Amino acid sequence: MHIVVCIKQVPDSSQIRVHPVTNTIMRQGVPAIINPYDLLALEEALRLKDCIAGTTVTVLTMGPPQAEDALRKALSFGADHAILVTDRAFAGADTLATSYAIAAAIRQIEKKEPVDLVFAGKQTIDGDTAQVGPGVAKRLNLNLLTYVSKIASLDLDKREIIIHRRAEGGVQVIQTQIPCLITMLEGSNEMRFASMDNMFRAARHPLQIWNKDAAGIEDPAKIGLKGSPTVVSKVFAPHAKTIKAEQIDVERKTSKEIATAMLSKLFREHPKLHAEIAKLAG
Amino acid sequence: MSEQNQSIPPVKKAAGRKKVELDPRLIAYKGVWVFIEHERGEVHSVSWELLGEGRKLADMLGVELAGVVMAAPGESGARFCQEAGFYGADLCYLIEDPVLSDYRNEPFTKGLTDLVNQYQPEILLLGATTLGRDLAGSVATTLQTGLTADCTGLTIDPENRSLAATRPTFGGSLLCTILTLNYRPQMATVRPRVMPTPIPAPDTHRTMRIIPHTLGMVETDIISKVLQFIPDNTQNKAQLPFADIIVAGGRGLKNADNFKLVWNLAKVLGAEVGASRPVVQAGWVDTDRQVGQSGKTVRPKLYIAAGISGAVQHRVGMEDSDVIIAINNDPNAPIFDFATYGIVGNAMQILPALTEAFRQNLAAARLAS
Repeated sequence: MHIVVCIKQVPDSSQIRVHPVTNTIMRQGVPAIINPYDLLALEEALRLKDCIAGTTVTVLTMGPPQAEDALRKALSFGADHAILVTDRAFAGADTLATSYAIAAAIRQIEKKEPVDLVFAGKQTIDGDTAQVGPGVAKRLNLNLLTYVSKIASLDLDKREIIIHRRAEGGVQVIQTQIPCLITMLEGSNEMRFASMDNMFRAARHPLQIWNKDAAGIEDPAKIGLKGSPTVVSKVFAPHAKTIKAEQIDVERKTSKEIATAMLSKLFREHPKLHAEIAKLAG
Repeated sequence: MSEQNQSIPPVKKAAGRKKVELDPRLIAYKGVWVFIEHERGEVHSVSWELLGEGRKLADMLGVELAGVVMAAPGESGARFCQEAGFYGADLCYLIEDPVLSDYRNEPFTKGLTDLVNQYQPEILLLGATTLGRDLAGSVATTLQTGLTADCTGLTIDPENRSLAATRPTFGGSLLCTILTLNYRPQMATVRPRVMPTPIPAPDTHRTMRIIPHTLGMVETDIISKVLQFIPDNTQNKAQLPFADIIVAGGRGLKNADNFKLVWNLAKVLGAEVGASRPVVQAGWVDTDRQVGQSGKTVRPKLYIAAGISGAVQHRVGMEDSDVIIAINNDPNAPIFDFATYGIVGNAMQILPALTEAFRQNLAAARLAS
């Protein structure tokens, strides 16, 4: 079986700060990581590799040259091959143009070895769109399975897969055919530690680096900024105005006095809340 | 470099400043559509919230607002259309077919894509639910058009009649406004509870037109089968988006044991428990209790934040709460910039005191009534 895992290198959004004057992202010192949701996808692929002999896992990313770090990391967890699709021509791509490029690259991978499963994270932590996975599936005509929490069974002879996926108000158990594209839900697994062997292998493993021609881009008008229907017209910092909280006096007060003062103020200024709370508290 | 438009401040020229002539083939695209999502006989509230926003957009453009309902026969599709009228829709497109009884990507993508190609709306809005995100991404790719996810503001750019969709990026650190200039329809998703629910007007003088449409697909065309649906045990699941009172804890509580103080107060108040992202990542509480950009958006009547600094990530998910009480030992914590009331102090001491004060107050109220 051949599995392709799509990953993205992202800035760790929890460590991003916005410059207070220029309203621009301060990238200095912000570490680049593998999108955490993609790790769930990679781990699930590696688990299948653990149980099904003869499985190869190829990790694929599109990004600037330094995205190589993300691929080496993925190799250290146990992926077999790594491909970096990188070209200035991809710059400025939105989700539609991105899915076009990724789909083209997967078609190139398929020329060497057919692909049975494609995994992707459910979304990234920088763009947060959750659109590239479904887009790639549509372009490659793969059955799409988003928000998967569990792979219940996989029958390679019948080419049949049964999965559990998060739906509104419950879990759907779905049976479909491979090849399919799966995005994994958080909490469904936990990334393993890299083994010493794999860490050494990852450091010297040759990466395949593809420009737009190697990635099989047929229509250059569909990639990068040119191929993107959406355009950013404005970027701004949220909440220019601030309303300072009314501070409860805590000088030389006990916690009990503070709590009592808080309650009487709350119920005096928001009398309806009292009835509301009484109702909820029963 | 993927998703760059939606995630990275532009290095290119701002497109919004220049008036762009719409491709003549796209001028035929008229009207605002809202996909009406439903499950087990009820329309998802996000669809009503979207109709409220859609109404404003349609009025700005001087066009009609339509709902799109896809359901199995006997799933009250016609009733959903009528209800959509109460929330502002002028007309509804209705596809009824047995294969639509459970959500599956293939038939829903085909149905919605066919409707768009036939009736050509200029704007198509969906809820950013698991269903809506699955469907929107597929439909936008099939139609080869632009899609903006998780918008927090929608308006019309008067210069070029475009949908101006504002969304947070980089975990809420920045907002960006995105236009889809020369592609139609312009698609956007909005998360539940981000927009207010409009008040339904059942006696509106609008007449609801229902335009039926056939799916043109049979069960054997569809590869994916739903074997089973396991409904959530709603008793144990957090119902944060619709909670009236939420007590939330953050990293300032130091450890999982102290987080119990949040549960104690919530129990006395009959409230739901929420948490900031670091607390969820540390495993103190389940993921479905996370409030913020990467978690749930909430708008309760009362939000008590204990040991939460108020990073933008968290703020965007809860700032629409009616009343916010913030407890933090750092007087400069950003949460004090937007809370209603601030208590500078040790949350581990203030929380039990508040719990006791509420308990006594409620006991007294019960005696009095």
